[in-house]
Amino acid sequence: MQKSLHIDPSKCTSCLQCEMACSFENYGVFNNSLSRIKVFEFHHTGAKVPYTCTQCDEAWCMHACPVEAIKLDKTNGAKVVLEDVCVGCKVCTIACPFGTVNYVAETGKVQKCDLCGGDPACAEACPTGAITYVDANWTGLERMRQWADKLGNPSA
Amino acid sequence: MAWTRKILRVNLTDRTCTSEPLNMEWAHDYLGQRGLATKYLASEIDPKVDPLSPDNKIIWATGPLTGTMASTGGRYSVVTKGPLTGAIACSNSGGYFGAELKFAGWDMVIIEGRASSPVYLSIENDKVELRDASHLWGKTVWETEGQIKSEHQDPQVRVSCIGRTGENGVLYAAIVNDLHRAAGRSGVGAVAGSKNLKAIAVRGTLGVGNIANPKEFMKVTFEKKKILKENAVTGQGLPTYGTQVLMNVINEIGAMPTRNHKDVQFEGARKISAEAMHEPRESDGKAQLINNQACFGCTIACGRISKIDATHYTVVNSPKYWGASGGLEYEAAWALGCANGVDDLDALQYATMLCNEDGFDPISFGATIGAVMELYEMGVLTKEEVGIEAPFGSARALTYLTEITARGEGFGKIIGLGSKRLCEKYGHPELSMSVKGQEFPAYDARAVQGMGLTYATSNRGACHLRSYTISSEVLGIPVKTDPLTTEGKPALVKAFQDATAVVDSTGLCVFTTFAWALSDIQPQLQAACEGDWSMEKLDLMGERIWNMERQFNNAAGFTRKDDDLPARLKTEAAKVGPAKGLVSGIDKMIPEYYDLRGWDPEGRPTAETVARLGL
Repeated sequence: MQKSLHIDPSKCTSCLQCEMACSFENYGVFNNSLSRIKVFEFHHTGAKVPYTCTQCDEAWCMHACPVEAIKLDKTNGAKVVLEDVCVGCKVCTIACPFGTVNYVAETGKVQKCDLCGGDPACAEACPTGAITYVDANWTGLERMRQWADKLGNPSA
Repeated sequence: MAWTRKILRVNLTDRTCTSEPLNMEWAHDYLGQRGLATKYLASEIDPKVDPLSPDNKIIWATGPLTGTMASTGGRYSVVTKGPLTGAIACSNSGGYFGAELKFAGWDMVIIEGRASSPVYLSIENDKVELRDASHLWGKTVWETEGQIKSEHQDPQVRVSCIGRTGENGVLYAAIVNDLHRAAGRSGVGAVAGSKNLKAIAVRGTLGVGNIANPKEFMKVTFEKKKILKENAVTGQGLPTYGTQVLMNVINEIGAMPTRNHKDVQFEGARKISAEAMHEPRESDGKAQLINNQACFGCTIACGRISKIDATHYTVVNSPKYWGASGGLEYEAAWALGCANGVDDLDALQYATMLCNEDGFDPISFGATIGAVMELYEMGVLTKEEVGIEAPFGSARALTYLTEITARGEGFGKIIGLGSKRLCEKYGHPELSMSVKGQEFPAYDARAVQGMGLTYATSNRGACHLRSYTISSEVLGIPVKTDPLTTEGKPALVKAFQDATAVVDSTGLCVFTTFAWALSDIQPQLQAACEGDWSMEKLDLMGERIWNMERQFNNAAGFTRKDDDLPARLKTEAAKVGPAKGLVSGIDKMIPEYYDLRGWDPEGRPTAETVARLGL
């Protein structure tokens, strides 16, 4: 079964545990500026929204890369940056419609979410269930269940 | 290790910024944040110094767990000699600033001297400079943060700053970060203002990478987060209702100080409670509360994000207040509401927004208004003097007085002195509900006896956060004690004071202690920091920190007589509720408390105590 990261912004509290888990998993440090997932706060509405790569099937970044440094991990569908191949040209950062591939000046390479090899640290760290790692074909399952509950168990 | 091992020392008089190594010997004895910063301050200034003079220093300090994945690991403290009390001042804040400072590579920033003109400190990792802040002077907290982000062209900059009250020397001015998180009490903002320091802006991209045992740290912090999630207070009560979960609880047990402590129950409590924040209002059918927000790394998320009723008289012509903003916390709702007899939920939300916007402590401010209203009802203060009719219960008076205090206009200047100086000025010092010049928080010392001792002996003046015995006396954490008796309270207060002194020095939030004992924090420290961090060491450290603060205060001139409560709480009995007929038994508790502490009858640590604690 292929899984994907599923985000429910209404549950996010902006604690940034996901960002720290990401930087720790990939770099061994707690450093939000290195995180591949980012939480955005919108002060005027109170909304907090985690955002990261959704692993497009026809990934713009992968197609744009001139040196084939972005590869599909067939085990989980992640588009993975091969650091030793990446030349830091940043074309993928332009190609990505969502902004989720970013350049890292310190390494001269780009980075993006690689689903941690199939066990995303952000989802594990999220204390509220705002970020989950679920069946890619059934990301709507939980929401369906909630509505089914309303339908089948009407309040007295 | 967990420390960055670097201190930034900034001399505003000379306009120099220098890096120096952290004293690691002290770090092992005082940890970080409250303990370590107080050690530095006490070693570097004369306790008798005028708090608002250039000779005072002010320290922004993180702890070893700040900026880590330990739940709530985002705290920083501001430590200085406080202008409201003349005692040690230590105020703690969450939000995101503390972690950012650590990520920039600094454990602490020590500010000395006074700048000849307004400045702000810009920190971008190792790149540190003092910048001109003339254009920011006179601006609110919200304007300052917005303008700095815009000038730096960096939305990710974190800002800790003062508003107009800090510039105007309001004696309970706060330092605010991330728009609505504050190092709120004891007037730390006035000290920054006296130094012409408007803000610290920080961007850190170095992170915290020197955890002693990373694998163990991840394992143990995950386990401890599970405890927070499964606990009724930290897992349900605080995320759902925030600290406001207490409003109805405390009112029901008759421990709600009302109308300047004349009463112990507020008939309007229900209307300003957490439950009321959840209820749809008439104008637009929406609840005031939008959602909850965490501080950095916090898996509890007690913070409130609210939207005021846009049709309310306070904001109907001010669209800038219509958006989501920091909502009512229990202490603010009490001080702005119950202490003044005001039960208008949106008036309180407006006042709390102004406290955030211009950076002043809603507890001391609200409690001062309580005294103003009592003086008004006595005829000592008049409409001409105050600028408005100000009887208890007047929301219009509350919001007007909040506005003039924020702006430093007219009678607002006198309100800015706090209740002690204000009541003295009008010939009624007995009406100031304060200890050491700092106003009480939201628990009546007649109905919760341990809190009376907590207030009387708190090193920063009246404060609930130095030993929150409400946990035991009301909530039964870790064990239930009878709130109406003084028996056993000296030992209870001492135990809470010492444990809290450690928690306040770690980088973690004291709210974790609703679910965690110090023994839950110990393994997190042990995994993060090199060396031995046994419970014995931590217990002794808490006591050491407490006594160090006490010694500072003693040297500043505080004595036995300052560990006391206002006469009202000792002579005017509670009129209703479980504590009906009771007064505070503070005089009984003090001698036993001194004895347990190893202090002489004058409240000074004995030579033996000093030696035992290595002070």
